[in-house]
Amino acid sequence: MSQPIIISASPHVHSDRTSKKLMYDVVIALIPAFLVSLYVFGIGAFIVTAVAVISCLLFEYLIQKFLMKTDVTIGDGSALITGILLAFNLPSGLPIWMIIVGSLVAIGVAKLSFGGLGFNIFNPALVGRVFLLVSFPVQMTMWPTAVENNTTMADAVTGATPLGMIKEGLMFGDTMTNITANLPSNLELFLGLSGGSIGEMSGLALLLGGIYLLYRKVITWHIPVTMLVTMAVMTGIFWVIDPESYASPLIHILSGGALLGAFFMATDLVTSPMTKKGMIIFAIGIAVITVVIRLFGAYPEGVSFAILIMNAFVPLINTYFKPRRFGSKIKSKIV
Amino acid sequence: MLKTFPKGGIHPPENKITAEKGIKRMAVPKVVNVPIAQHIGIPAEIVVDRKDKVVKGQIIAKSGGFVSSNIHSPVAGTVTKLDLIIDSSGYKKQCIVIRTDAKDPSNFEEVENPLKTDIELEPKEILQRITDCGIVGLGGATFPSQVKLNVREGTTLDYLIINGVECEPYLTADHRLMLEKAEEIVVGIKILMKALHLKKVVIGIENNKKDAISLFKKVIKKEDGIQVAALQVKYPQGGEKQLVRAILGREVPKNGLPLDVGVIVHNVGTIFAIYQAIQYDKPLIERVVTVTGKKLQNPSNFWVKIGTPIKDLIAEVGGLPEGTRKLVNGGPMMGKAIKNTDVPVTKGTSGILVIDEEEASRGEAKNCIRCGQCVFVCPMGLEPHLLMNLSEKGMYDKASAEDIMTCIECGSCSYVCPSHRPLLDYIRFGKNIVKKLETSKN
Repeated sequence: MSQPIIISASPHVHSDRTSKKLMYDVVIALIPAFLVSLYVFGIGAFIVTAVAVISCLLFEYLIQKFLMKTDVTIGDGSALITGILLAFNLPSGLPIWMIIVGSLVAIGVAKLSFGGLGFNIFNPALVGRVFLLVSFPVQMTMWPTAVENNTTMADAVTGATPLGMIKEGLMFGDTMTNITANLPSNLELFLGLSGGSIGEMSGLALLLGGIYLLYRKVITWHIPVTMLVTMAVMTGIFWVIDPESYASPLIHILSGGALLGAFFMATDLVTSPMTKKGMIIFAIGIAVITVVIRLFGAYPEGVSFAILIMNAFVPLINTYFKPRRFGSKIKSKIV
Repeated sequence: MLKTFPKGGIHPPENKITAEKGIKRMAVPKVVNVPIAQHIGIPAEIVVDRKDKVVKGQIIAKSGGFVSSNIHSPVAGTVTKLDLIIDSSGYKKQCIVIRTDAKDPSNFEEVENPLKTDIELEPKEILQRITDCGIVGLGGATFPSQVKLNVREGTTLDYLIINGVECEPYLTADHRLMLEKAEEIVVGIKILMKALHLKKVVIGIENNKKDAISLFKKVIKKEDGIQVAALQVKYPQGGEKQLVRAILGREVPKNGLPLDVGVIVHNVGTIFAIYQAIQYDKPLIERVVTVTGKKLQNPSNFWVKIGTPIKDLIAEVGGLPEGTRKLVNGGPMMGKAIKNTDVPVTKGTSGILVIDEEEASRGEAKNCIRCGQCVFVCPMGLEPHLLMNLSEKGMYDKASAEDIMTCIECGSCSYVCPSHRPLLDYIRFGKNIVKKLETSKN
C-alpha cells in the first residue's frame, strides 16, 4: 500500500447525494416558474431575480468573510435559493434598492445571525419578503399586470392580484358573482396569466417543479399535499355555505402564493419538521392560518405569514411529534 | 408483494460481484493465529500450552462461562506460542499460535461428507453437541448458539426463522452456501426443529437471490412446516428485529429479544455448522468468507480455516491492488476497518472487503440542514441527528431517554446524510458512555 491505510468506523460506503445536489435540484425545479415569469413580466422579472440572487450571494460572502470570519459557503447553493425565492415573492417592478434591502434582511438577519445554514428558524426568503411588505406596503403591492406590458417597465400598468380584487370587492359589499366576472378564469390562473409576485404566477409551472422535487426525493408529499388539501377543504366549506361571500377552493389554490408556498417555501428542509407526523401538523397549521388571514384578515394573502408563524413552532413540533420507536407498542399477533 | 419491514431502511448499491463464484477451499496456512475471544461474551480459557501437539478439531480453549464458547484447533500441528495479536477490533488480543504440521494428512485431505438426513441424536444431545462444537452465530454477531437455543420451560416459541437475507452489499458467503449446501441446510433446520420441538420454520431470502429462493422452494417441497419467504431487497433486513417484523409482522419489544415474541432467528451459515456438528461431530473450525472489492483481480468466496491471516486470502485473489486505502472485516455497512493484513479470520468474519481511495474517503462534514433523512431511514424509529447532538454535548441522560441504547448501529443514517455528518460515530460513543453510566448505577 502506497498511502497510509484509513481506519474509520462503519459504515464504509456513503450515498452520493450531497446537500449541494439537493440545493441545485431545488434550483432546477424553479426554472419553469422563472420562464413563465419572464414571459409574463419580461425584463422586469429578470432584473428583480438577478438583483436578489447577486445581492444574497454577495451579502453572504461579505458577512461570512469580514464579520463572522468563517468559511465562505456561497457555493453550497442555499444563498442562491434564498435569492431566487425572495425574488419570486416580489412584484416585478420593485425598486432595486428595496430588493437589496430585502436580501440583506434575508441573508444577514434571518440566516447568518442565527448561525448560518441549518441553524435558521425562519425561512430567510420569507423574512426578507415580509420585512419589505411591512416596510414598503405600497411598492410591495403594486403589481404590474400581465403580458401586454412586458416590454416597458416604466409605463407598466398596475393592477390588483386576484386575491386582492376579491378582498376589496367583498369589503365593499360586492357579490362573488360580480367579482368573478372581472377575475381571470381558473385556466388563466393555472397557466399564469394574472397579476402577482414573480414566481407565483403559473400553477402549472410550479406543479411541474414540485413534481420534479418529489421525483428526486428532495421533498416528500406530506407538506404540499396536506397543505393544499386542508386549504381546499376549509375554503370549500365556506364556499359551499355561502358562495356569494367566499371564493371557490380552486381560486384559493391557484392564486396567490399557495402553490409556491406549498412546494417551495413550506418544504424548506431547514425550517420544516423532521418527522412525517410533524410535517402533517405543520402543513395543516400553515393552511389554517393562511385561510383565516385570506378570509378574515386585513391582508388579501397570508401564505408568507402562515409559514413564518409555523416555522416558529417547528422546534416544538420536533419535540412532541417523534417517530414511533420500534418495539415501543407491543401489538404482536402471535398466531 | 414482497415482504419487508415497514419503517426506514436503505438500498445501497448491491455490488455482489462474487455471486457467481463457487466456494473454493483455501489451502491450509503454515501458521494459524486463533483468538480466544471470537464470540460475544466471556473469552474462552486456554487449555493447551506451548509446544503441545494438537490434532485437528481438538479443543484448545474451553468455554469460559454461560455466554461463551469452545474453541477448537483448525489444523493439526504444534502450539508455538500464546501471544497478543491485533484482531479485527484493532486491539491486541490473546491468541493461540499453531504451526501446521506439514506431514499430517488431515491438514491436506479434506473429506467431503455425504448428505446424511437421519437425525439420530435426541434433543438434549443435540444441544450438548452444539455447545461442545463451539457453534456461534455466523451472521456476524457471533452470539453463542447454545445460549440462543436454551429456551426455558414454559416459554412460548412457535417459529424458527432462518436468516438468508445477507443484506450487506458485496457479501455473498451466505448466498453461495445456500446454493451449494441447500439440502444440508434443510437437514440442519430439521435438527433444530427436533431439538426445540418446533413445527414452523420460515427461511427468509432477499429477492436479489432468486436462484437461492427457487432452489430452497424445490428442496423443501416434501418437508412439513418449512416455508420460504422472498423479501424485498432492503438494508438492514438481516437484523433480527427487522427480519421478524418483515416475515411474521411481529414487533420485538424495545430492549427485548425475538424470543419475547416466540421466535428464534438463526443464520444459514450457523445452520450448516450445526448440521456438520450433529451429523459428523465436526466442530466449528472453518467458515465461508467472501473476499471482494471492485479493483481485485479475482474476488471470490472461500472455505477458510479459522485463524488464517487475512494476507493469505488477499494473496489468493491476486494481491492488494494499487490505491487500496481501506480493508474491512465484514460488509461495508457494519464491518470493521482493520489495521493490517496479519489480522486472523475468526468465526465472525463473513467477508474481507478491499476499498480504494474513492470509496474509502468520507466527504467533509457540513452543517446539518435538518432534512430529516436520518429520521426517515432509521429502522428503529430513532432520531439520529438528535442523538448525535446529545452525545456531542455530553447530555447522556437525555440521550438515554431518547432510546439511544436501542440503536442497532446499522449505519443507515450515516449512509444517507447529505452533509456527511458522522452520526453513527457519535451515537456509538454516546451508547458506550450511557452503558457505563447505567452499569455504575446498578
